[in-house]
Amino acid sequence: MRPFTYLSAPDVTTALRAIATEPGARLLAGGTNLVDLMRQDVERPTTVVDISTLPLDEVQELPAGGLRIGALVRNSRLAAHPAVRSRYPVLSQAVLSGASGQLRNMATVGGNLLQRTRCPYFADGTAACNKRDPGSGCAAIGGFHRGSAVLGTSEHCIATHPSDMAVALVALDAVVEVQSLRGTRRIPLAELHVLPGDTPDVETALDPDELVTAVELPALPVAASSRYRKVRDRASFAFALVSVAAAMEVADGTVTAARLALGGVAARPWRAHLAERALVGAPATEEDFRRAATAELATAVGRPQNAFKIELARRTVVATLHQLTTEGGAA
Amino acid sequence: MRLTCTVNGDRHEVDDVWEGESLLYVLRERMGLPGSKNACEQGECGSCTVYLDGVPVCACLVAAGQAQGREVGTVEGLAGPGELHPVQEAFLEAGAVQCGFCTPGLLVATDDLVRRSRAEGRRPADAEIREALAGNLCRCTGYEKILDAVRLAADRMAGEAR
Repeated sequence: MRPFTYLSAPDVTTALRAIATEPGARLLAGGTNLVDLMRQDVERPTTVVDISTLPLDEVQELPAGGLRIGALVRNSRLAAHPAVRSRYPVLSQAVLSGASGQLRNMATVGGNLLQRTRCPYFADGTAACNKRDPGSGCAAIGGFHRGSAVLGTSEHCIATHPSDMAVALVALDAVVEVQSLRGTRRIPLAELHVLPGDTPDVETALDPDELVTAVELPALPVAASSRYRKVRDRASFAFALVSVAAAMEVADGTVTAARLALGGVAARPWRAHLAERALVGAPATEEDFRRAATAELATAVGRPQNAFKIELARRTVVATLHQLTTEGGAA
Repeated sequence: MRLTCTVNGDRHEVDDVWEGESLLYVLRERMGLPGSKNACEQGECGSCTVYLDGVPVCACLVAAGQAQGREVGTVEGLAGPGELHPVQEAFLEAGAVQCGFCTPGLLVATDDLVRRSRAEGRRPADAEIREALAGNLCRCTGYEKILDAVRLAADRMAGEAR
């Protein structure tokens, strides 16, 4: 690991000042992704700003009925929170499906959102990667790409966003609160991550001087009936091949409300608006679920090793929605 | 920096620590506690599992600066000097130790699982044991005996005071 200056930020303003004035600064929270990438020489911060002791670790009720989740709430605490388990079970399930117990005890909500792709070429300093080294090319296209994305990709990058938590959050209309010395702004989570286009190294809508301080969930009655389903190569401690976050309400056999998002298949946590539109007002049958999934996946681009993800995603959507209609949500 | 933290109940002060080195390095190389093992250094294998403020974490990913003022518990602190913790006894009796490199991390992770289950007045189901130990890799692949050991430890600790 390269040497760096370590700064433990005693308050938010100190952290904001550090990232506003030091171009090579990186924020350190749980460390589960940043420290790993520093050891692999992918991240090379000159200053590490430790924000892990800032008072951003509360889960609070919002006046309008939603939840405000501090950016430094640990993943395991978020998953176990009674309000999350009862009102947003899909979120609890998604968090628990990711990483291992040790890592969930360390990883934070903000860090989870901003984690980097696990595309093997991104972490391999000898390989071409437009994310790590703009202009160098994409070794995954034409290389090993079984885990790569089929939605939202470009000819410059086919990496997936690896988070499970963010897939649930984007389905739940989460909003990210961001602070800088210039003030506070709120970004819908659906707009936090940007598609690779011809600048895969630009991953979010954040400016370099901004700090994620909280994630807010709106009151969302449909979320009480929600589930997260993750398909992966082994039963635990593996990233998703395909995952589905779904919430749905059905009355008299007709879908009256639906929230759907896909993970493991896209360049960012993928809100499935097209599928939602097809679902609402349609009968709650497997045939209609399949039609909705097909609408969402119409623009998917499969490659030799990952084309299977398109049909797998379709089937996983159908299975998840079917389970919601027969068994309801669960935490 | 001068790092001050509590390790296994004792206050430790160590001088000339670089904030960016890992807690694992501090424990092993500066405090003489080599029980926690250094293997993957990327949070995959769990051989460096320690308690940090009461929850298991990978010490290889904790910066020394982040341990300032906090409470650390290592495998050396599970039992008193010359004694074995019920989880350690169970691992020995079940034959859950082969090369032994993953054992310290597994002992801490198992201790955490059994304590949490006991606090809820129950024993962990097999699926729960597998999930709880998913972050601890055994390259001898002796997992069946490890599962036996966890069940044995859970049975023995069920009757103890919480």
